[in-house]
Amino acid sequence: MIGLSHYLVLGALLFAISVVGIFLNRKNVIILLMAIELNLLAVNLNFIAFSHYLQNLSGQVFVFFILTVAAAESAIGLAILVCLFRSIQSIHVEDLGSLKG
Amino acid sequence: MTFLTTHFASILFYAFAGVLLLAALRVITARNPVHAALFLVLAFATASALWMLLEAEFLAIALVLVYVGAVMVLFLFVIMMLDINITRLRQGHLDYLVPGLIVAGIMVTEMTMVLGGRKFGLLDVPVPAPREAGYSNTRDLGLVLYTDYVYAFEIAAVILLVAIVAAIALTLRQRKDTKFQDPALQVLVRRQDRVRIVTMPADNPEKPS
Repeated sequence: MIGLSHYLVLGALLFAISVVGIFLNRKNVIILLMAIELNLLAVNLNFIAFSHYLQNLSGQVFVFFILTVAAAESAIGLAILVCLFRSIQSIHVEDLGSLKG
Repeated sequence: MTFLTTHFASILFYAFAGVLLLAALRVITARNPVHAALFLVLAFATASALWMLLEAEFLAIALVLVYVGAVMVLFLFVIMMLDINITRLRQGHLDYLVPGLIVAGIMVTEMTMVLGGRKFGLLDVPVPAPREAGYSNTRDLGLVLYTDYVYAFEIAAVILLVAIVAAIALTLRQRKDTKFQDPALQVLVRRQDRVRIVTMPADNPEKPS
Protein backbone atom coordinates (compact mmCIF):
# COMPACT_ATOMS: atom_id res chain seq x y z
CA MET A 1 0.00 0.00 0.00
CA ILE A 2 1.11 3.52 -0.73
CA GLY A 3 1.30 5.59 2.44
CA LEU A 4 1.65 9.26 3.09
CA SER A 5 5.43 8.97 3.43
CA HIS A 6 5.75 7.75 -0.17
CA TYR A 7 4.17 10.94 -1.46
CA LEU A 8 6.17 13.12 0.93
CA VAL A 9 9.46 11.54 -0.14
CA LEU A 10 8.47 11.97 -3.79
CA GLY A 11 7.77 15.64 -3.08
CA ALA A 12 11.15 15.97 -1.36
CA LEU A 13 12.92 14.43 -4.37
CA LEU A 14 11.10 16.75 -6.76
CA PHE A 15 11.98 19.74 -4.59
CA ALA A 16 15.65 18.71 -4.53
CA ILE A 17 15.68 18.27 -8.32
CA SER A 18 14.34 21.75 -8.79
CA VAL A 19 16.93 23.19 -6.39
CA VAL A 20 19.68 21.47 -8.39
CA GLY A 21 18.08 22.96 -11.50
CA ILE A 22 18.37 26.44 -10.03
CA PHE A 23 22.05 25.75 -9.31
CA LEU A 24 22.77 24.33 -12.77
CA ASN A 25 20.88 26.79 -14.95
CA ARG A 26 21.68 29.93 -13.02
CA LYS A 27 22.40 31.80 -16.28
CA ASN A 28 19.17 31.06 -18.09
CA VAL A 29 16.19 32.96 -16.75
CA ILE A 30 13.64 30.82 -18.60
CA ILE A 31 14.91 27.56 -17.08
CA LEU A 32 15.04 29.29 -13.70
CA LEU A 33 11.33 30.10 -14.03
CA MET A 34 10.64 26.48 -14.97
CA ALA A 35 12.58 25.26 -11.93
CA ILE A 36 10.44 27.52 -9.75
CA GLU A 37 7.35 25.94 -11.31
CA LEU A 38 8.71 22.48 -10.44
CA ASN A 39 9.36 23.70 -6.91
CA LEU A 40 5.75 24.82 -6.51
CA LEU A 41 4.60 21.52 -7.98
CA ALA A 42 6.47 19.62 -5.27
CA VAL A 43 4.88 21.80 -2.59
CA ASN A 44 1.43 21.27 -4.10
CA LEU A 45 2.00 17.51 -4.17
CA ASN A 46 2.70 17.57 -0.43
CA PHE A 47 -0.38 19.67 0.24
CA ILE A 48 -2.64 17.31 -1.70
CA ALA A 49 -1.12 14.21 -0.10
CA PHE A 50 -1.76 15.62 3.37
CA SER A 51 -5.25 16.68 2.33
CA HIS A 52 -6.05 13.15 1.16
CA TYR A 53 -4.56 11.22 4.05
CA LEU A 54 -5.96 13.54 6.74
CA GLN A 55 -9.34 13.81 4.93
CA ASN A 56 -9.29 17.60 5.13
CA LEU A 57 -10.15 19.75 2.14
CA SER A 58 -8.20 22.82 3.33
CA GLY A 59 -5.05 21.47 1.70
CA GLN A 60 -6.74 21.43 -1.68
CA VAL A 61 -7.98 24.99 -1.18
CA PHE A 62 -4.40 26.07 -0.49
CA VAL A 63 -3.24 24.32 -3.67
CA PHE A 64 -5.91 26.26 -5.54
CA PHE A 65 -4.48 29.55 -4.28
CA ILE A 66 -0.90 28.46 -4.93
CA LEU A 67 -1.85 27.62 -8.52
CA THR A 68 -3.39 31.08 -8.90
CA VAL A 69 -0.37 32.90 -7.53
CA ALA A 70 2.04 30.73 -9.53
CA ALA A 71 0.19 31.43 -12.78
CA ALA A 72 0.27 35.16 -12.08
CA GLU A 73 3.93 34.98 -11.16
CA SER A 74 4.98 33.16 -14.31
CA ALA A 75 2.92 35.50 -16.50
CA ILE A 76 4.54 38.58 -14.98
CA GLY A 77 7.97 36.93 -15.03
CA LEU A 78 7.70 36.14 -18.72
CA ALA A 79 6.44 39.67 -19.43
CA ILE A 80 9.48 41.09 -17.64
CA LEU A 81 11.66 38.70 -19.65
CA VAL A 82 10.19 39.91 -22.93
CA CYS A 83 10.72 43.53 -21.84
CA LEU A 84 14.29 42.74 -20.90
CA PHE A 85 15.04 41.00 -24.17
CA ARG A 86 13.70 44.01 -26.06
CA SER A 87 16.07 46.36 -24.30
CA ILE A 88 19.31 44.35 -24.04
CA GLN A 89 18.77 41.54 -26.63
CA SER A 90 19.78 38.85 -24.15
CA ILE A 91 18.38 36.81 -21.28
CA HIS A 92 21.79 36.03 -19.92
CA VAL A 93 21.80 36.64 -16.19
CA GLU A 94 25.29 38.12 -16.30
CA ASP A 95 24.08 40.83 -18.66
CA LEU A 96 21.56 42.06 -16.13
CA GLY A 97 24.01 44.20 -14.19
CA SER A 98 22.71 47.55 -15.38
CA LEU A 99 21.16 48.35 -12.01
CA LYS A 100 24.58 48.17 -10.35
CA GLY A 101 25.26 51.34 -8.37
CA MET B 1 -3.51 -11.56 -11.90
CA THR B 2 -4.29 -11.22 -8.21
CA PHE B 3 -0.98 -9.42 -7.73
CA LEU B 4 -1.97 -6.93 -10.40
CA THR B 5 -5.40 -6.31 -8.92
CA THR B 6 -4.23 -5.96 -5.34
CA HIS B 7 -1.24 -3.78 -6.12
CA PHE B 8 -2.74 -1.77 -8.96
CA ALA B 9 -2.63 1.56 -7.10
CA SER B 10 0.97 0.95 -6.01
CA ILE B 11 2.05 0.09 -9.56
CA LEU B 12 0.38 3.25 -10.84
CA PHE B 13 2.05 5.33 -8.13
CA TYR B 14 5.55 4.00 -8.86
CA ALA B 15 5.10 4.34 -12.62
CA PHE B 16 3.89 7.92 -12.41
CA ALA B 17 6.49 8.83 -9.78
CA GLY B 18 9.27 7.46 -12.00
CA VAL B 19 8.04 9.36 -15.04
CA LEU B 20 7.66 12.51 -12.96
CA LEU B 21 11.20 12.35 -11.61
CA LEU B 22 12.69 11.56 -15.03
CA ALA B 23 10.78 14.43 -16.62
CA ALA B 24 11.91 16.80 -13.86
CA LEU B 25 15.52 15.70 -14.36
CA ARG B 26 15.25 16.33 -18.08
CA VAL B 27 13.73 19.77 -17.45
CA ILE B 28 16.83 20.91 -15.61
CA THR B 29 19.35 19.17 -17.88
CA ALA B 30 17.88 19.69 -21.34
CA ARG B 31 20.14 21.58 -23.72
CA ASN B 32 17.31 23.22 -25.60
CA PRO B 33 14.78 25.36 -23.68
CA VAL B 34 11.98 24.06 -25.92
CA HIS B 35 12.77 20.50 -24.82
CA ALA B 36 12.82 21.65 -21.21
CA ALA B 37 9.37 23.22 -21.60
CA LEU B 38 7.98 20.06 -23.21
CA PHE B 39 9.39 17.89 -20.42
CA LEU B 40 7.81 20.27 -17.93
CA VAL B 41 4.51 19.59 -19.70
CA LEU B 42 5.11 15.87 -19.17
CA ALA B 43 5.93 16.49 -15.51
CA PHE B 44 2.69 18.42 -15.02
CA ALA B 45 0.64 15.74 -16.76
CA THR B 46 2.05 12.95 -14.58
CA ALA B 47 1.65 15.09 -11.47
CA SER B 48 -1.98 15.54 -12.42
CA ALA B 49 -2.32 11.75 -12.67
CA LEU B 50 -0.82 11.43 -9.18
CA TRP B 51 -3.31 14.00 -7.87
CA MET B 52 -6.01 11.92 -9.48
CA LEU B 53 -4.75 8.94 -7.43
CA LEU B 54 -5.08 11.15 -4.35
CA GLU B 55 -8.74 11.84 -5.21
CA ALA B 56 -8.16 15.51 -5.95
CA GLU B 57 -9.95 15.37 -9.28
CA PHE B 58 -10.80 19.04 -9.64
CA LEU B 59 -7.24 20.20 -9.03
CA ALA B 60 -5.86 17.52 -11.36
CA ILE B 61 -8.01 18.80 -14.19
CA ALA B 62 -7.25 22.41 -13.24
CA LEU B 63 -3.53 21.63 -13.36
CA VAL B 64 -3.84 20.26 -16.88
CA LEU B 65 -6.05 23.12 -18.05
CA VAL B 66 -4.18 25.98 -16.42
CA TYR B 67 -0.60 24.75 -16.61
CA VAL B 68 -0.38 22.54 -19.66
CA GLY B 69 -2.98 24.57 -21.51
CA ALA B 70 -2.02 28.11 -20.64
CA VAL B 71 1.20 28.63 -18.70
CA MET B 72 3.34 26.18 -20.67
CA VAL B 73 2.01 27.51 -23.96
CA LEU B 74 3.03 30.96 -22.72
CA PHE B 75 6.49 29.60 -21.91
CA LEU B 76 6.85 28.04 -25.36
CA PHE B 77 5.57 31.22 -26.97
CA VAL B 78 8.16 33.34 -25.17
CA ILE B 79 10.98 30.85 -25.87
CA MET B 80 10.20 30.83 -29.56
CA MET B 81 9.73 34.59 -29.71
CA LEU B 82 13.13 35.34 -28.22
CA ASP B 83 16.26 34.68 -30.20
CA ILE B 84 18.32 32.93 -27.55
CA ASN B 85 21.99 32.16 -27.84
CA ILE B 86 21.98 28.69 -26.27
CA THR B 87 25.70 27.98 -26.45
CA ARG B 88 26.53 31.06 -24.39
CA LEU B 89 23.85 30.15 -21.86
CA ARG B 90 25.29 26.65 -21.53
CA GLN B 91 28.82 27.86 -20.83
CA GLY B 92 30.07 26.57 -17.51
CA HIS B 93 26.71 25.17 -16.50
CA LEU B 94 28.38 22.29 -14.69
CA ASP B 95 30.52 24.54 -12.48
CA TYR B 96 28.04 24.44 -9.67
CA LEU B 97 27.00 20.80 -10.08
CA VAL B 98 28.90 19.53 -7.04
CA PRO B 99 27.64 22.14 -4.54
CA GLY B 100 24.15 21.73 -5.99
CA LEU B 101 24.27 17.98 -5.53
CA ILE B 102 25.59 18.38 -1.99
CA VAL B 103 22.77 20.79 -1.09
CA ALA B 104 20.18 18.55 -2.74
CA GLY B 105 21.57 15.44 -1.03
CA ILE B 106 21.46 17.10 2.38
CA MET B 107 17.92 18.34 1.75
CA VAL B 108 16.68 14.92 0.62
CA THR B 109 18.33 13.20 3.57
CA GLU B 110 16.85 15.65 6.06
CA MET B 111 13.38 15.53 4.56
CA THR B 112 13.45 11.73 4.35
CA MET B 113 14.46 11.52 7.99
CA VAL B 114 11.59 13.81 8.98
CA LEU B 115 8.93 12.70 6.51
CA GLY B 116 9.87 9.05 6.15
CA GLY B 117 7.97 6.01 7.28
CA ARG B 118 8.64 6.49 10.99
CA LYS B 119 6.19 9.32 11.63
CA PHE B 120 4.11 9.34 8.45
CA GLY B 121 3.97 5.63 7.70
CA LEU B 122 0.91 3.52 7.19
CA LEU B 123 0.58 2.80 10.92
CA ASP B 124 0.46 6.46 11.91
CA VAL B 125 -1.53 7.78 8.95
CA PRO B 126 -3.66 4.95 7.56
CA VAL B 127 -4.97 4.99 4.03
CA PRO B 128 -8.45 6.52 4.14
CA ALA B 129 -11.38 4.52 2.84
CA PRO B 130 -12.17 5.29 -0.80
CA ARG B 131 -15.06 7.63 -1.47
CA GLU B 132 -18.36 6.14 -2.48
CA ALA B 133 -19.44 6.28 -6.10
CA GLY B 134 -21.03 9.57 -7.05
CA TYR B 135 -18.91 11.62 -4.66
CA SER B 136 -18.03 14.96 -6.22
CA ASN B 137 -14.71 16.48 -5.24
CA THR B 138 -15.58 19.65 -7.16
CA ARG B 139 -18.79 20.14 -5.20
CA ASP B 140 -17.10 19.70 -1.82
CA LEU B 141 -14.24 21.98 -2.79
CA GLY B 142 -16.71 24.60 -3.98
CA LEU B 143 -18.66 24.39 -0.73
CA VAL B 144 -15.51 25.14 1.24
CA LEU B 145 -14.12 27.67 -1.20
CA TYR B 146 -17.20 29.88 -1.41
CA THR B 147 -17.95 29.88 2.32
CA ASP B 148 -14.90 29.61 4.55
CA TYR B 149 -12.35 30.90 2.07
CA VAL B 150 -14.42 33.44 0.17
CA TYR B 151 -12.24 36.43 1.09
CA ALA B 152 -9.10 34.58 0.01
CA PHE B 153 -10.92 33.67 -3.19
CA GLU B 154 -11.68 37.34 -3.87
CA ILE B 155 -8.04 38.24 -3.21
CA ALA B 156 -6.96 35.54 -5.66
CA ALA B 157 -9.24 37.12 -8.26
CA VAL B 158 -7.67 40.54 -7.60
CA ILE B 159 -4.19 39.00 -7.91
CA LEU B 160 -5.11 37.59 -11.31
CA LEU B 161 -6.46 41.00 -12.38
CA VAL B 162 -3.23 42.68 -11.27
CA ALA B 163 -1.26 40.06 -13.20
CA ILE B 164 -3.28 40.74 -16.35
CA VAL B 165 -2.78 44.49 -16.07
CA ALA B 166 0.92 44.15 -15.26
CA ALA B 167 1.66 41.71 -18.07
CA ILE B 168 -0.12 43.87 -20.64
CA ALA B 169 1.42 47.10 -19.36
CA LEU B 170 4.90 45.58 -19.44
CA THR B 171 4.71 44.19 -22.94
CA LEU B 172 2.57 46.83 -24.66
CA ARG B 173 4.62 48.95 -26.95
CA GLN B 174 3.73 51.72 -29.34
CA ARG B 175 5.40 51.18 -32.65
CA LYS B 176 6.38 54.34 -34.42
CA ASP B 177 5.69 53.04 -37.91
CA THR B 178 2.08 52.01 -37.38
CA LYS B 179 -0.79 54.38 -37.92
CA PHE B 180 -3.57 54.23 -35.40
CA GLN B 181 -6.66 56.24 -34.57
CA ASP B 182 -7.22 58.19 -31.39
CA PRO B 183 -10.84 57.58 -30.41
CA ALA B 184 -10.84 60.45 -27.92
CA LEU B 185 -10.00 62.96 -30.62
CA GLN B 186 -12.56 61.37 -32.92
CA VAL B 187 -15.28 61.81 -30.33
CA LEU B 188 -14.23 65.34 -29.45
CA VAL B 189 -14.48 66.66 -33.01
CA ARG B 190 -16.94 69.50 -33.61
CA ARG B 191 -18.95 70.38 -36.64
CA GLN B 192 -16.98 73.54 -37.50
CA ASP B 193 -13.74 71.54 -37.57
CA ARG B 194 -14.84 69.41 -40.46
CA VAL B 195 -17.64 71.14 -42.41
CA ARG B 196 -17.00 74.27 -44.43
CA ILE B 197 -19.99 75.84 -46.17
CA VAL B 198 -19.10 77.73 -49.28
CA THR B 199 -21.50 80.19 -50.85
CA MET B 200 -20.97 80.65 -54.55
CA PRO B 201 -23.15 81.92 -57.36
CA ALA B 202 -25.03 79.27 -59.28
CA ASP B 203 -24.07 80.45 -62.78
CA ASN B 204 -23.58 78.48 -65.97
CA PRO B 205 -27.11 76.98 -66.15
CA GLU B 206 -26.53 75.01 -69.37
CA LYS B 207 -25.99 71.38 -68.74
CA PRO B 208 -22.91 69.90 -70.31
CA SER B 209 -23.83 67.77 -73.27
